[in-house]
Amino acid sequence: MKIKSLEELRKIRQESLEKIKLREHGETVENRIEILVGMATCGISSGARETLNAFVDEIAKEKLDNVKVIPVGCIGYCHAEPTVQVNMPGKKPVFYGNVKKNRVHEILEKHIKGGEPVESLILPVDFERA
Amino acid sequence: MTRKRTNIMVCGGTGCLASESEKVMRNLNLILKARGYDEEVEVIQTGCFGFCEQGPIVKIEPDDVLYVRVSPKDAKDIVDEHIIKGRKIERLLYTEPKKKQKVGKHEEMPFYKKQLRIALRNCGFINPEDIYEYIAVGGYEALGKTLTSMSPDEVIDIVKKSGLRGRGGGGFPTGVKWELARKQESDVKFIICNADEGDPGAFMDRSILEGDPHSILEAMAIGGYAIGADKGIIYIRAEYPLAISRLTTALKQARELGLLGKNILGTSFSFDIDLKYGAGAFVCGEETALINSCEGKRGEPNYKPPYPVEEGYWGHPTCVNNVETFANIPPIINKGADWFASIGTEKSKGTKVFALAGKVNNVGLVEVPMGITLREIIYDIGGGIQGGRKFKAVQTGGPSGGVIPEKYLDTPIDYDSLLEIGSMMGSGGMIVMDETNNMVEIAKFYLEFTQDEACGKCAPGRIGTRRMYELLNKITGGKGTMADLDALKQLAYMVKDSALCGLCQTAPNPIVSTMKHFWDEYVSFIKDVDHPRGEGRYVAKNKDVARGKSK
Repeated sequence: MKIKSLEELRKIRQESLEKIKLREHGETVENRIEILVGMATCGISSGARETLNAFVDEIAKEKLDNVKVIPVGCIGYCHAEPTVQVNMPGKKPVFYGNVKKNRVHEILEKHIKGGEPVESLILPVDFERA
Repeated sequence: MTRKRTNIMVCGGTGCLASESEKVMRNLNLILKARGYDEEVEVIQTGCFGFCEQGPIVKIEPDDVLYVRVSPKDAKDIVDEHIIKGRKIERLLYTEPKKKQKVGKHEEMPFYKKQLRIALRNCGFINPEDIYEYIAVGGYEALGKTLTSMSPDEVIDIVKKSGLRGRGGGGFPTGVKWELARKQESDVKFIICNADEGDPGAFMDRSILEGDPHSILEAMAIGGYAIGADKGIIYIRAEYPLAISRLTTALKQARELGLLGKNILGTSFSFDIDLKYGAGAFVCGEETALINSCEGKRGEPNYKPPYPVEEGYWGHPTCVNNVETFANIPPIINKGADWFASIGTEKSKGTKVFALAGKVNNVGLVEVPMGITLREIIYDIGGGIQGGRKFKAVQTGGPSGGVIPEKYLDTPIDYDSLLEIGSMMGSGGMIVMDETNNMVEIAKFYLEFTQDEACGKCAPGRIGTRRMYELLNKITGGKGTMADLDALKQLAYMVKDSALCGLCQTAPNPIVSTMKHFWDEYVSFIKDVDHPRGEGRYVAKNKDVARGKSK
């Protein structure tokens, strides 16, 4: 399907907004939780792929249907790869660093199911986006 | 005790106390009590916010609103307006000096937020393999805007007014380059994205391509429209397989949606992009060498002029811009030239991405407004030197740049100030060195790289860099003489002045700058100096460092 005009593009934008609303404002239509995994070369070489797979496996195993795992680019925190961001409805996004696959279980249990962020892995985010 | 819904934090630092913050607190408490809100709201005296110049400071939590220069009589408004009615009090908000804009949220204040992400705005935020996520964050809006409501000259005008300069290192004004390309009379023109990122330690272009590939495609189409090209090329090194695969996916999706190809968004403008792979030669980042490589020739530079905008790819006018430069284009179109020009210094606008590496705690990519100081990057964002050791120097601009010693840490960074202190912006590598690094070894490391990467077309590049490397080897091996140091210095200036292209003209920079700032480390390697202590060796300030032991 080709986009034929700027108006059509804007319409598609409106429809697509749902996809990222949660990330910015913690707003969502359904009760959806997002896990963003930094999957650039740097992240992958530090084990992001294993981390992402561990999330997917465990989520499938636990039948957490409302949790979605999304690969994204890197945010530049090389000192703390792999990096993971958890977005829950109504809450400020939480940013984790050094999430090797053995920490996945802890994040799912404590944060996703229990609602309590895993304090020891939290990274401060010190930038704003244009 | 009942649970408080709101905290009013009043700064109790010395500065604020001196400007009556004590009275502000007392008034707040009195008025809260009078209004019957003292059960729900608590006034807390805090330590210094570090923003004493604007004191007294009052912060409302959890609203994260910061008020500055609060006087005791403002207490009534804070309670009546903010606490009871939930309205921000405009006149007490902090006004950013440059933008003249009220900044309500504490987090958004420039004083607290050192980083501003324009080029990296979507990295780590959207799924790079899903074009709809890019569209959702406003992607392709800038392209739509330019195609439907702007003439090519207006696009060039906005880019010129924004003050954007090439982010690959040279710092040539992007709008001027586009204008030069536009003025060429030719039916066929090309726009090329230089993704041949080769500086050791720099990887911002890879991050953008991997994290936000669509922004580059969109910007190239805008550039193509502006200069009158219907064909774009992304020249990317083959060592970036993931970036290549994400670009390939992005190209496919953009074509499917008709955002690339014939009659984009129903207009008469057609544009498409090809990928060309480089084999990873450093010199191919030089635009004429890059074009030769695209044409299937040896990756060697040509003499300029003619410049690529006059005679480039297969003899046609060609505009070459860097990845990070392109990444800045869509926000400039969407938010306007004035917005972009409000960030940065007088001659360098916007932000720059740096790859912060070496002996700092927080190694990573940072994007900061131009004009920030090296100290802020290294200590505030980078978290200081590893192991609490002492800072020695920072190297910017990769093999083409120089080292910057401690005395220049407070220089605001922009293209011109870095050149002035003997280094350069480069593509944005920033390598921090501590007291255990030997500067002569550092210079040798870079020369080893450049003499290996020199293409061999010109004699100063081919032979000069090699001889400099050999001399450095002799010196660090303890066999050098003072005459060798002189020869090295002379050779460095000779190569600088006579090499064909930027690669070798700048190759001696690491030597020139280390000699200038750390001469004693060179001398410490020399065997025939008149040693002040009559020992076998001149003793530099730090023995271990001088002998290169702790490398």
